[in-house]
Amino acid sequence: MNQPLTLTAAQKAGPKATVIALGLALAVLVAMPLLHLLPAEHALHVSAYTLTLVGKILCYAIVALALDLVWGYAGLLSLGHGLFFALGGYAMGMYLMRQSAGDGLPAFMSFLAWNELPWYWYGTSSFLWAMCLVVLVPGVLAFVFGFFAFRSRIKGVYFSIMTQALTFAGMLLFFRNETGFGGNNGFTDFKTILGFSISAPATRATLFLATVALLTGSLYLGFRLARSKFGRVLTALRDAENRLMFCGYDPRGYKLFIWTLSAVLCGLAGALYVPQVGIINPSEMAPTQSIEAAVWVALGGRGTLIGPLLGAGLVNGMKSWFTVAFPEYWLFALGALFIVVTLYLPKGVIGLIKRRGE
Amino acid sequence: MKTVPCSAVIDGFDPTGGGLTRDAIGLGRVAEKGLDVRHGTILSLEDINVSFDGFKALTNLSLYIGVGELRCIIGPNGAGKTTMMDVITGKTRPTSGSAWFGETLDLTRMSEVDIAQAGIGRKLQKPTVFEALSVFENLELAQKTDKSVWASLRARLSGEQKDRIDEVLETIRLGQSRHRPAGLLSHGQKQFLEIGMLLMQSPQLLLLDEPVAGMTDAETEFTAELFKSLARKHSLMVVEHDMGFVETIADHVTVLHQGQVLAEGSLQQVQADERVIEVYLGR
Ligand SMILES: Nc1ncnc2c1ncn2[C@@H]1O[C@H](COP(=O)(O)OP(=O)(O)OP(=O)(O)O)[C@@H](O)[C@H]1O
Ligand SMILES: [Mg+2]
Repeated sequence: MNQPLTLTAAQKAGPKATVIALGLALAVLVAMPLLHLLPAEHALHVSAYTLTLVGKILCYAIVALALDLVWGYAGLLSLGHGLFFALGGYAMGMYLMRQSAGDGLPAFMSFLAWNELPWYWYGTSSFLWAMCLVVLVPGVLAFVFGFFAFRSRIKGVYFSIMTQALTFAGMLLFFRNETGFGGNNGFTDFKTILGFSISAPATRATLFLATVALLTGSLYLGFRLARSKFGRVLTALRDAENRLMFCGYDPRGYKLFIWTLSAVLCGLAGALYVPQVGIINPSEMAPTQSIEAAVWVALGGRGTLIGPLLGAGLVNGMKSWFTVAFPEYWLFALGALFIVVTLYLPKGVIGLIKRRGE
Repeated sequence: MKTVPCSAVIDGFDPTGGGLTRDAIGLGRVAEKGLDVRHGTILSLEDINVSFDGFKALTNLSLYIGVGELRCIIGPNGAGKTTMMDVITGKTRPTSGSAWFGETLDLTRMSEVDIAQAGIGRKLQKPTVFEALSVFENLELAQKTDKSVWASLRARLSGEQKDRIDEVLETIRLGQSRHRPAGLLSHGQKQFLEIGMLLMQSPQLLLLDEPVAGMTDAETEFTAELFKSLARKHSLMVVEHDMGFVETIADHVTVLHQGQVLAEGSLQQVQADERVIEVYLGR
């Protein structure tokens, strides 16, 4: 925790190179959905499969960024960020289910022979309310959890274990049919969003662009925070909380702010993930999902903002290749990757690039 | 987040105190607006008891620090010096006894953050700086200003604040290293940086736990000058094992032993005290 590594590595590696690389990446990401709109025979056409895959990875990249804000800067290792992601996804899913159900009840409820919507489903046919839920549910949960955890000065491993327990509890709750979120099947078979067919190329392209916009916005926000005095206080808090308190700062407010913000970003990412991937179920809350997110951040380089994006891209890229080529070996590969990173790349891929640059 | 209002005078407080006299050597009354120091005492510890799982770290400890005083605390390892500072800064709660900052602030009921904001600064025994931040940024964070989340989100350094940081950098002789990460400094430099952070915070009472440990002779001498220049305007409590250093700076020395005050007076006086010689100096 003590390595001097707060300034974004990007800044040190030479701002010019970073800006160029980021600009190129952004150009490619903006071009992809547009190329998807080309007729399928066209040589430059980007398939729906590719677009969905990349869109999904971008959503994960936002989670990685959000996790980096709390882990890399404030030193709070969350092993439960999958929960916030899934909650945002479920909130969006509720709206999508209502869209497909029309005036009736969502299919899984009819299947359970329910004849009335549970109270928490009220208003979810409105896109706007669903969007409010996307922000509020993860945000309020994170706020309440954080309020008590930080007030009781829960730190380090204990904090990580509690977040892990939280997501596990969420998963068990959502597995139950009676909870009213489709049990272990979750939500799927979406048809329309805001009246547009969910599988139409234009809808896919728009959702993809929205994801790119959210990622860019989050990255910008992250940079602004990291370079503000607020960001420096977070770093100080990570390295010497006692000293910070003797300087007159109350760490609780700082932790709570970044923690809640991070959860909201995850919720938004989840909301964009669901219509693109077409399914949300409780497995998104599985403890391993959240642990995997920590691997993305560690692999990319924590406390660097850009690193975690690379980490999410690399790991998920590898994962989709592995699950096609050698499906049964993926978890071993992931484990091996994690060991290699911890042993040889304490500062992640970004650290490696930086060392090359020097 | 807000400084605690200091206006309410606590009733029923007996200014004559217990066994030891409360007549602190009032060397000045330059305490800041807001802190009530009518009796010339900035810090009063009375009958403080602290025990850790039955082990008594402090026993009926009473101690008074006058406004503008520079007090040295000496005592063998494990005497309870650091524990006493923990009590003053709110890190450890005494099992009984009272601790007042000025006449009105009850330290045993305030949080660490409130105590720091009320004007007590502390240098930890093991030098602790924000290693990942640069020297300049360390000082920036320490400066006396609004420390709420919202203020930090919008904070920008004014020219005046920058000048103040430069001035302190000059004082602690780290001007050359301003952009270095604090983690790369030597032990002695970290000590200076932490002292610099206290200067930025400009507290009324400074608690310094072994400030010259790991410093060269020249650095120690320089620190002595620095502390002497701080006294009068600030009140200082310095814990130190280095007797030469204590001799140079102290107005007044308190000897702690097994959680109790063994002797108090000038260094010559306490060094002549039989009991002190027995437990400490003549080991
Ligand atoms: N948190 C704690 N739990 C249990 N015992 C403690 C704790 N803190 C301090 N002590 C004990 O209290 C006694 C006083 O410790 P303290 O650190 O105050 O001594 P000190 O005078 O600062 O010594 P030194 O000169 O070595 O710094 C020691 O015996 C120590 O072991
Ligand atoms: Mg000590």
